Amino acid sequence: MADTSRITPVAAPAPLMGPVTLLRVAIILTVLAVWEFLSHSGWLYRDVVPSLIAIGHAIFDLLAHGEYYFNLAVTAGEVGAALAIGGGLGLVVGIVLGVNRFLAKAFESYLYYLGPTPKIIFFPIMIMWFGVGPGSKIALGTLSCFFPVALSAAAGMRQIDKVLIRVGNSFRATTAQMVFKIYLPAMRHPIINGVRLGLGVALIGTLLAETKLSNKGIGFLIINAYSTFDMPRMYAMLIVLFILSIGANAIVGRLGGLDSIKRS
Amino acid sequence: MSTTATTPARHSTIRNALPALTGLGTLVAFFVVMELLIQTGVLSRFIIPPPSEIFASFPRVIVEEHVLARFVQTLTECLTAGVMLTVFGVAGGVLMHRFKLLQQACETWVAALASAPVVLCYPLFLVIYGRNAWTIIMMGFVSALPPVILKTLEGISGTRKVLVNVGRSFNLTPSQQFWKILFPAALPTIFVGIRLGLIFALINVVGVEFLINFGGLGQLINELAERYDLPGTYAAICFVVLVSVLFFMVLEKAERWLTRAE
Repeated sequence: MADTSRITPVAAPAPLMGPVTLLRVAIILTVLAVWEFLSHSGWLYRDVVPSLIAIGHAIFDLLAHGEYYFNLAVTAGEVGAALAIGGGLGLVVGIVLGVNRFLAKAFESYLYYLGPTPKIIFFPIMIMWFGVGPGSKIALGTLSCFFPVALSAAAGMRQIDKVLIRVGNSFRATTAQMVFKIYLPAMRHPIINGVRLGLGVALIGTLLAETKLSNKGIGFLIINAYSTFDMPRMYAMLIVLFILSIGANAIVGRLGGLDSIKRS
Repeated sequence: MSTTATTPARHSTIRNALPALTGLGTLVAFFVVMELLIQTGVLSRFIIPPPSEIFASFPRVIVEEHVLARFVQTLTECLTAGVMLTVFGVAGGVLMHRFKLLQQACETWVAALASAPVVLCYPLFLVIYGRNAWTIIMMGFVSALPPVILKTLEGISGTRKVLVNVGRSFNLTPSQQFWKILFPAALPTIFVGIRLGLIFALINVVGVEFLINFGGLGQLINELAERYDLPGTYAAICFVVLVSVLFFMVLEKAERWLTRAE
């Protein structure tokens, strides 16, 4: 009897898939099945819901050709430039507003209210200023991502623990040392968060501008598929684009350790 | 006696108003400098029209381009999307809170969708709904849905434990628990979600109007730009920016008023 009580219960073998994974798989499978059913039912306009095989084929086709990568590189270059210019300017403006209370009172409300206005409407002006090439797309992306980065940096600057600043001062740190050893590390999370938001809106601004007027880039490919009514190709491009942008967002978040804050 | 009492007060009002005046002054100075640069030919007036011309074209744009009707159309599209957002977004959030498994399975998906450029689907919506107001409304709705769902979920999940325990100690049924405890406690956060949703909806509605050249204020800008009516284009852009800023301010006030009434 005593012996049996000492037997440690054998852990039940872990199920191959937890209930969450099972539900996820079930949801995905249901959506795919309903989609395939709709595409064959003829209830919707032809080609609005192309079959999964056609979409899969289009994705494969897309990724197998160099043309897509060229356009992806164009868009990535534009978004990168927009993020560098708009993010850099936003960071500088944000730090200045964060340090100087007077300037913050004078100008921050303008940034706060202009931030969420629709930026794509500035596109005609950007074409006038920077031409129909990549310049106008970069400008629109820059305009889009400046605001979230500036506002996050200003807020981040203000929430730095005063003790850290006092420690820096008591060590007689120079301004450069203060910026690189105290300010920037302490505001890392809000800045990365701002960059993440900025990346999202820069991407949207650049791509929308490309759909309006351009001859290269992912936005151009999407609107081109629309005008030739190549629906499987359009779906393929949207799916790949979504995966890429969600991935980029997750990478930026992880680099800044944002997920570790959420978990703690 | 009275002077000694009023002088510091006047000083402090001046000190309080100084930053706002500086901001306003910078704006005015910017316009004056631009006007001078353009009038002296340093900047081409075929790229940037002088601010005086832009301001002068405001009445023309407002009267001739039926701005009021366009504004009403954009607002109607936006509010229709807003009603759909409130119904489906809040319902989605509540459903995800009610079924924990669903939340665990889908919350990251919704969050991922919030960071995806959903508005890029507008050509797809054009094919599905045609070139009409529904494309615009649906685009506003779909791209603004994730924040409303996530904020609703955050609000309900963040209900203080004490409140939930009070409900339990009164032996409330699950529906009473929801309507008397969870939902009222979550309302402020839900309002934040709806406000964010409406802002997203407005941005996307105006953007898609501009892109597909259909509907209200967004189309106005596109039309004026295509006519190469430069002062008109700039005036229309200023007008849309002013309208959206006003829209955010009203939403903020409404949210503050509603949460105070709680």
